[in-house]
Amino acid sequence: MPTTATGIVAYGTYVPYWRLDRAAIAATLGVPAGKGTRAVASYDQDSTTLGVEAGRIAMAARPDANPPDAIYFATASPAYHEKTNATAIHAALSLRPGAGAYDFTGAVRSGHGAMQAGMDAAAAGRSALVITADVRTGLPGGPDETTGGDGAGAFWFGQGPDVIAEPIGSASTSEEFLDRWRLPGSRVAQVWEERFGEYALVPLAEAAITEAFKVAGITADAVDHLLVSGTHARAAGRVAKSVGARPEALAADTVTPIIGNSGTAQASLALAAVLDRAEAGQVIMTVSVADGADVVIWRTTDQIATYATRRRTTVAAQIATGRSDLPYATFLTWRGILDREPPRRPDPDRLGAPVALRRESWKFGFSASRCTACGTRHLPPARVCLRCRVTDQMVPEVLADVPGTIATFTVDRLSYSPSPPVLAAVIDFDGGGRLQCELTDADPTKLAVGDRVEMTFRRLFTSAGIHNYFWKARPVTPTGAEEEN
Amino acid sequence: MASNGIRDRVAIIGMGCTPFGEHWDKGVDDLCVDSANLAVSSAGIEIDDVDAFWLGTASSGISGLTLSKPLKLDYKPVTRVENFCATGSEAFRNACYAVASGAYDMVMSLGVEKLKDSGYSGLTGSFPPDDGSDIPLAPPAAFALLAPAYADRYGVDQSELKEVFTRIAWKNHHNGSLNPLAQYRKEVSKETIACSPLVAGALGIFDCSGVADGSAAAIIVRAEDAHRYTEKPLYVKALSFVAGPATGTMDPEYGYISFPEVVRTAADAYSQAGVTDPRAEIAMAEVHDCFTPTEMILMEDLGFSERGQAWKDCLAGAFDLDGELAVNPDGGLKSFGHPVGASGLRMLYECWLQLRGEAPDARRVQAIDRGRKLGLTHNLGGWPGACVSFVALVGNELG
Repeated sequence: MPTTATGIVAYGTYVPYWRLDRAAIAATLGVPAGKGTRAVASYDQDSTTLGVEAGRIAMAARPDANPPDAIYFATASPAYHEKTNATAIHAALSLRPGAGAYDFTGAVRSGHGAMQAGMDAAAAGRSALVITADVRTGLPGGPDETTGGDGAGAFWFGQGPDVIAEPIGSASTSEEFLDRWRLPGSRVAQVWEERFGEYALVPLAEAAITEAFKVAGITADAVDHLLVSGTHARAAGRVAKSVGARPEALAADTVTPIIGNSGTAQASLALAAVLDRAEAGQVIMTVSVADGADVVIWRTTDQIATYATRRRTTVAAQIATGRSDLPYATFLTWRGILDREPPRRPDPDRLGAPVALRRESWKFGFSASRCTACGTRHLPPARVCLRCRVTDQMVPEVLADVPGTIATFTVDRLSYSPSPPVLAAVIDFDGGGRLQCELTDADPTKLAVGDRVEMTFRRLFTSAGIHNYFWKARPVTPTGAEEEN
Repeated sequence: MASNGIRDRVAIIGMGCTPFGEHWDKGVDDLCVDSANLAVSSAGIEIDDVDAFWLGTASSGISGLTLSKPLKLDYKPVTRVENFCATGSEAFRNACYAVASGAYDMVMSLGVEKLKDSGYSGLTGSFPPDDGSDIPLAPPAAFALLAPAYADRYGVDQSELKEVFTRIAWKNHHNGSLNPLAQYRKEVSKETIACSPLVAGALGIFDCSGVADGSAAAIIVRAEDAHRYTEKPLYVKALSFVAGPATGTMDPEYGYISFPEVVRTAADAYSQAGVTDPRAEIAMAEVHDCFTPTEMILMEDLGFSERGQAWKDCLAGAFDLDGELAVNPDGGLKSFGHPVGASGLRMLYECWLQLRGEAPDARRVQAIDRGRKLGLTHNLGGWPGACVSFVALVGNELG
């Protein structure tokens, strides 16, 4: 038996602030839409920014470790085609230039594909950060809209004493058939008759499960937590029953019922929530049902106990800070389904690509500079110190995880915004430095000078076909968060 | 650092100002021709007598051709300047220096802006490509940041401040109602102002200056030559301009309750002109009331009010037409709108009328009747924490 373990060394998730109450859909459209809520990415978020937030949380658990050798980013809702989206995540996480950054985009099954690639990289001695994220939409009142949910997961694979869960057996099956598909350029997925998908998917999943048990050398009664994911809910339900796991293992997915099905990220979010509460030596089986099936059997290590002290947050905590009074009309507007009258102001200028490249560490990495002569911090980085005026005596300083305080703020009802009004604030950072920036995930009626904020990576707007990513501040204690019972 | 000034070395001998407003029927060329002709006939000269020109426009044209072409100037030097909202004043300042240096005998400074062709209400502009990280805060929002900070610093209630802002707008609209050149020539009730739809923070639409087209021009000669053209020249006592280091938006020590750039230009201008007690010596001030909180804070930065007291002085009417020191007697940006390149010269035009006793009786500055002889113009360009500032002093007597 090798002395060096291989597997998950850290993980993180991101559940957006906003929830849509399905009752709001029913009330507007006059159709049944089910109970409960789904998670909604804000107007300034996309799969890339959701992924960054999850990645930040995963990396914060190992602040002193060597950073990952590569990022694998999976999404069925990429912000860009042709160009890599993982490079924006790479930049926002301030990874070293030598790290690879690759997209697995298009299919929901890419989520598992990226996880498998991450496990393979770790087995070969390279560490990889696998990020899965999706913004799920469909036509108003349709099942993709009501049962979907937005979110992201990040799993860091590597070797060494930090491993908290090891894959002890895996198997996959693949077959070509039309269960669910979407043409490029269309925002709406199509599905074949539900019973056909069930007919095709269930045997493929059962075969993969049997094979994975064989590889792992265990049987179903050893499974402590069973997670079956997939967009075909009926097939997933049947597969879960067919595993033959103990009844208490069957209720493992605590996330999908509350935030909805997040597509490529569904399995990651559910697995993270299980790891949040798992004990050492437990067996977790993940079954992803999509165009075939992918099964992984994990065993947690002793390290799982100490991970609780290293992690920044939990999936449950993220779910608990959500806000569920999002009007359905706002949701439709954010997703581009409701074409609203724009503000009577010119569209914002598109950014200059050479400028953005020169300022990559600022724009994406939120790297400020500190004067080595007098200690004054500069956001954005400057060459001449504002205090002592010395030139070129600066060192870079990443402030993405440094909280701050609101010095003054205003509600700007005139500026262009994808979701007016703009909330603007002057933020003074702990340890020095000031930035005038936008506030997000905040209730303007509850803001006050002196409020505490932290930074979050967002898409400010899209102009002339270019997404403009930058950081905004959000309240450390979310305003308007519901009191959870 | 020396700032020697050119006190009493140059004089204005003629001025012109077009009506400000929505000139759907006039282009930049028309506005330039109009204000140039008004200035030339005011001075009793011909356009060909002018040796050189300084054109201020922020976005209505580039290069000296913007002026030489409509006026058909015959191979004269035309310098186009831009310096944010101080553009018109910059054209004036540099024209004065050209005369003071002896390079030219007679120059024209002309400011113009044509904003109503853009299709948008409010200022628009294009900037060089950037990295997209600067947030596009609208000007009213940038200045709205002053209100919570001022309230917090001096313990003034937000609703009391709103009353101050309302009174400033009310006063300037009152003055503008007496001015045939103003864009808005009606009194506006305090209730209408206070209840106007919110634009940014506590600021309603009536807390914002309007958007207008307009042009104004001045003819400048050496002071000793002035009486060849007019009995009542206006002497330039001080010209001060600074561009700040723009550190307020990144320095936690900046409090959003003052414009240090204005403090510097005011001190420099007072020193050039020998003014030691501005509130007691200056008769009138045309200040950059782009938004009502700006005018309140300017009263402190220009030394008209003690720190933390401007809100009380504004409420008490100290800066009304019949107050101790009239501020924006012509109605200000509030009544005129803000055609960027023209505003500085429009302010000077009011000094020209008032200090020569030519303002209509209803809007005469009473401090002038009481014997004060100095007028001040001020522009601010940019936003709190990062701006340029201009202060000029002119007077109707030498010495």
